Amino acid sequence: MSSVNMTSAHGAALTSAGEVDGRSLWQDAWRRLKRNRAALASMIVLGVIAAVCLIGPYTLPWPYDAIDWDHVEAMPPNMELGHYLGTDSVGRDLLARTLVGGRVSLMVGVLATLVALFIGVTVGAIAGFIGGRVDQLLMRLVDLLYSVPLTFFVIILMVMFGRNFILMFLAIGAVEWLTMARIVRGQTLSLKSKEFIEAARASGGSTAGIILRHIVPNVLGVVIVYVTLTIPQVILLESFLSFLGLGVQEPLTSWGVLLNEGAAELEVNPQTLIVPAVFMTATLFCFNFLGDGLRDALDPKDR
Amino acid sequence: MSETVLEVKDLKVHYPVRTGGLIVGRYTPLKALDGVSFELKAGETLGVVGESGCGKSTLGRAVLQLLTATGGAVAWLGRTLTALDAKELKAEREHMQIVFQDPLASLDPRMTAGDIIAEPLRNYRPAMSKAEMKSKVKDMMVRVGLHPAMINRYPHEFSGGQCQRIGIARAMILDPKLVVCDEPVSALDVSIRAQVVNLLMELQRAMNLTMIFISHDLSIVRHISHRVMVLYLGKTMEIAPRDALYADPRHPYTQALLSAVPVPDPSVARARPRIPLAGELPSPLNPPSGCVFRTRCPRATAVCAALVPPQEQPGAGHDVWCHHWRETKVAP
Amino acid sequence: MTQRILDISDLNVRFATEDGEVAAVSDVSLHVNKGECLGIVGESGSGKSQTFMAVMGLLAANGKATGSARFGEIDLLKANEHTLNTVRGNRLAMVFQDPMTALTPHMRVGRQLTEVLERHRGMDTKAARAEAVAMMARVQITEPERRFAMYPHELSGGLRQRIVLAMALLCGPELVIADEPTTALDVTVQALILDLMRELKEKHGTGFVLITHDLGVVAGLADRVAVMYAGRVVENASVAEIFAAPRHPYTKGLLACTPRLTDAPTAVLPTIPGQPPNLQKLPSGCSFHPRCAAVFDRCRAERPALAEGGTLNACFLNHSVAAGGAA
Repeated sequence: MSSVNMTSAHGAALTSAGEVDGRSLWQDAWRRLKRNRAALASMIVLGVIAAVCLIGPYTLPWPYDAIDWDHVEAMPPNMELGHYLGTDSVGRDLLARTLVGGRVSLMVGVLATLVALFIGVTVGAIAGFIGGRVDQLLMRLVDLLYSVPLTFFVIILMVMFGRNFILMFLAIGAVEWLTMARIVRGQTLSLKSKEFIEAARASGGSTAGIILRHIVPNVLGVVIVYVTLTIPQVILLESFLSFLGLGVQEPLTSWGVLLNEGAAELEVNPQTLIVPAVFMTATLFCFNFLGDGLRDALDPKDR
Repeated sequence: MSETVLEVKDLKVHYPVRTGGLIVGRYTPLKALDGVSFELKAGETLGVVGESGCGKSTLGRAVLQLLTATGGAVAWLGRTLTALDAKELKAEREHMQIVFQDPLASLDPRMTAGDIIAEPLRNYRPAMSKAEMKSKVKDMMVRVGLHPAMINRYPHEFSGGQCQRIGIARAMILDPKLVVCDEPVSALDVSIRAQVVNLLMELQRAMNLTMIFISHDLSIVRHISHRVMVLYLGKTMEIAPRDALYADPRHPYTQALLSAVPVPDPSVARARPRIPLAGELPSPLNPPSGCVFRTRCPRATAVCAALVPPQEQPGAGHDVWCHHWRETKVAP
Repeated sequence: MTQRILDISDLNVRFATEDGEVAAVSDVSLHVNKGECLGIVGESGSGKSQTFMAVMGLLAANGKATGSARFGEIDLLKANEHTLNTVRGNRLAMVFQDPMTALTPHMRVGRQLTEVLERHRGMDTKAARAEAVAMMARVQITEPERRFAMYPHELSGGLRQRIVLAMALLCGPELVIADEPTTALDVTVQALILDLMRELKEKHGTGFVLITHDLGVVAGLADRVAVMYAGRVVENASVAEIFAAPRHPYTKGLLACTPRLTDAPTAVLPTIPGQPPNLQKLPSGCSFHPRCAAVFDRCRAERPALAEGGTLNACFLNHSVAAGGAA
């Protein structure tokens, strides 16, 4: 017997047919998220960074891969020449390269996480809900893949398929889904014993139907939090792979590649490190704040 | 009342529980339900009572095939449910529904009341149009005492009693013939409890439902049931028509249960003799030999440990499983 | 003759939530005499638990209590954490509905009992153990020596609740606050626990506050009963009066819709229509008026005070003309 329902609110709007619109848990969470200043600011900053990375390069005087043949060396910011944040060691515009690198990094981050999300949720929900042999089999597969060193795995992929940009999504996604699958499986196991799942079965629901209609929407809260925390991890992983020379190919670049190059020139041309580092750190910061805010918003009891 | 619709015969549900073994596990069966039989007629309500761990919830779920039975048979309108494959079972399930104990936990928190009530329709009437479904849902909401304007609200916006009405509406929307109610009112407030019991009784009469009403509250069971079954450690102790069971209980366990029910009257409550039950509920992994109740029974003798009590009939439709049923007649 | 051990006056509890303030408890004044059992009856949201959570200093972080709760020479609402800790679990004990929440899962129950004795009474390990085993025997735990070394999860619900009761009684408290102590238990176990509490009250003069939604439970144990609705006490009377001659329509309704084992079954149970109110949007006047069969105009406009009228109750029907008006 619960005592007082301290959180329920009954603000509701009347629609045309006289029906009262309810407020779903998602709407409640969104409301709480909007009230969290750090999370809200992070969302705005992330939006701005993404927009600038997408649109920015078209408005700059120098394309990211063009070498300024008059100055084939690193140069500090120079407004007259249009190198607003300077150039790198071979005379390419640093701002343009950072923004294009941002596109790549963010795209890898988001796409690889989506791959992980898709595989992880599918495998986790199926393993958790069906249980028994299927669960054993899938989870041992996860354990097995966990034990394969990432670099080894990526190198094998590279050897088999050559250096390919798409391959990186797959490689990173294929690693990141493991944790996602475990999280989703755990959530599914606890959901499975809830009465509403039993009710769905008693109402004639099929296994696939119950997973799609009841399990997935209910694990999504936890999954979204994990996604926002995975994206920065993936961005870091991409820079690590690029550092090993397994990432994107010249002249295309990413934040990881830029950092790597900048680190080599830190003493002579600090801007080559500072510029991409500022962008990347800001992005990672924002994702982490957003993840924290989402966790609070989606599960207010844990605060 | 008419012909028999539900026939449960020697129903058993055993779970293997790992009790040892380092690598190769050693398993002992946990007998959640161990040989329960009964029949139900159309429009009849069977109350099932017993303490926690007696197998009453297991019984409800095993009848509906939400749990796999280890042995025995459940026959619905002559068809043996325990022998059907998944597809045939789905077809039969249309006529059988369940109402759960926890009103909020039995509703998906991310779905609206309307979607929850419509779920059985979506599964069994895929051809039905959205508008028709909605009007059916609204009719059903009115019938269970919910305002149809609340159709788009979410479970957390309803009170406990209203959530239980949503659960009942979902169970009734396909016009079922058999409904299992698993402690449907024990999580509700006292003033709401009576409302929900009245609603269930009214629907039962109007739809001629066959009902299995599982509860630990003997007062409410008395109101709603035609017959009552008492379970202990997965076995039937006594089954009888309502009036016979409450006026003339023959099993010592039934007598102890009845004497422990709190009475809302101070003079009666303080004066009433109580039949105390000795000790604790034995582990279902290692039930006592002979009569499973003997370890706590005030009347237990040597014969109770040696022999499983046979089914005896103190009256018409009144069955009791006790060696000493002849001596237990007392004016309650 | 009668000595008040707990005296609550004008207690108000407010919770600050994101949707505004919730009035969980309003203007509650109650007292418990020495060796007496006060029954608190109400439904969810009636404020029955929050009243005593406030008294024990256990309100959630967003809750605030005003008023006073005198326990001996201490005002529990104004006492600092240190004073509260010397009182709680010692002179003032609490028993909750779910015994699992009161016991630490990874510690043997015996150790949890002796810890209380060592902390509050400064006993050494050996003496504490003897005392704990004796107390376990007193709450009718069979084989106390064997159970002393068990973990909470190895015990049944009834045994766990007896351990919690033993823990509450260890330091010989003057008052035990029991919040739905038997709701999670089976009827046979419930009867045992209630018998045990009655014996403690009669033999040892322990005072009890018994918070419950079940009128049957208070009938067997309480001396006085306070009925709460929507955060207020609506009727406060001796147990005999509450059951034989209730005056407030809510008490009457509650009694009517509690089915009795001895009643002949009827086609329709009596009910109280409607739902318990939302504490954020309480009805005007008397909070019970939308569900009350005897409602009249004054009930909608004015709130009846808790006043003498057959019993101490908050209903205009029972008050003489001069006694009306909100406090």
